[in-house]
Amino acid sequence: MQDIEITDLRRITEVVKQNYGYDFTNYAISSFKRRILRILELGRYPSVEHLIKRIKEDETKQYKEEFLGEITVNVTEMFRDPSFWRVTRDHVIPNILVNHNSISIWHAGCSSGEEVFSMAILLKEMGISDKAKIIATDLDKGILEKAKKGEYPVKNMELNEKNYIRYQGTKSLSDYYTTVNGKVVMDKSLVENVSFREHDLVTGGVFNKFDLILCRNVMIYFNQTLQNEALKKLHESLFKYGYLVIGSKESLIWCDIANKFIVVNNEEKIYKKIRE
Amino acid sequence: MRYKFDKSYKAIVIGGSAGSFQGITRILSSLPNDFDLPIIMCLHRLKHVRNGFVEALSIKSVKPVEEPCDKETIKKRKVYLAPANYHLMVELGNTFALSTDEMVNNSRPSIDVSFATAAYVYKSKLIGILLSGANRDGAMGIKKVKEWGGLTVVQDPKECMMPTMPNAALELSPVDYVLTVEGIIEFLNDLHQQINNA
Repeated sequence: MQDIEITDLRRITEVVKQNYGYDFTNYAISSFKRRILRILELGRYPSVEHLIKRIKEDETKQYKEEFLGEITVNVTEMFRDPSFWRVTRDHVIPNILVNHNSISIWHAGCSSGEEVFSMAILLKEMGISDKAKIIATDLDKGILEKAKKGEYPVKNMELNEKNYIRYQGTKSLSDYYTTVNGKVVMDKSLVENVSFREHDLVTGGVFNKFDLILCRNVMIYFNQTLQNEALKKLHESLFKYGYLVIGSKESLIWCDIANKFIVVNNEEKIYKKIRE
Repeated sequence: MRYKFDKSYKAIVIGGSAGSFQGITRILSSLPNDFDLPIIMCLHRLKHVRNGFVEALSIKSVKPVEEPCDKETIKKRKVYLAPANYHLMVELGNTFALSTDEMVNNSRPSIDVSFATAAYVYKSKLIGILLSGANRDGAMGIKKVKEWGGLTVVQDPKECMMPTMPNAALELSPVDYVLTVEGIIEFLNDLHQQINNA
């Protein structure tokens, strides 16, 4: 495994910004470096120079998408942290519906869509699918296409099934998919009302208001400056008393606007916006 | 004192897998309670069981063991454990960073990831200790610690329940010390005394 310097990373973020229009300047260094090392290894680039040259000279859309697909982390699960999903079902959503007839949800950084399908299944089992309006976004177009398709490798399902059982759903996860040619195909009707959109938390603006935002294990790839900026956008995108959920080992404590939220559930990292 | 240290260190990373639980609890229960350096542990664990492990270690440990959050500052005198299903990395600026990216050596958390990022940040001021384990995760990590000028310790394979991991490290890289758990305890105590007398 080769090693690369921070100056190399800076040069890469510069060409990516110029050629692709995405800004990775304030991504967390250690994980960004690991992603670059991975790209160098997968693409068998002998050096950083070769990668930079490729980004500059390969003007095909295909390479841009390939690069974005690798630079972002797309490892996810259905019902990851089952206890979080139970709390969402038993407390968060009922609390929102006390005061509202409908519920708007944003999956910020939805990746390949496992979490979107988890939410859709949760809502269906609660019998409130028709009350929910869901928007799922990611900066990576390619991964959004995958999310829309809802096709997953069969080997991932063992873990997903286990999570679903721990979540204590009312059915069996296999009720929601069929297996076709060695692939799992999710029941499309689950996400027929979900709007999948391209949106970058770094460069994108605020586009709507929500009762519940899931942004789990997305901001861990940002440095603290960028976490602060992203949190401001998420805050602005929430109705007052709306909920924000981050990953189980993320924290808002050190963010500038942490005092605009209260902790609803520290174990599951569920926060509530209490100030504009 | 048996062990002499030629410089001041900033942190200790400890990696372990199958067969390391007893050793790690022996080490944690024998630490001086004012042991100065942060100890960062990456131990293979059940990926989908979030609770229980840190508590089990804390019961045996002189100091409480904590699972850090992303971007948490690394503090002296603390003992940290990589949380379930995340890679634990050391970030420039003396904070932790977490990641959920692909498993490394079939592991998340991966010892190689924790060790390599810590080595990059602490350079020669890092001590890496690798314990018993049944796969090769950690071997590359020890190599990185060594390459950046840090001090490396591997548990004596003869004593290990699962010697694959320490053996892999010894094959891949020169290592400063091969010690039993009792030897590691003495090593840490000598280090502690030297820090206190400095």
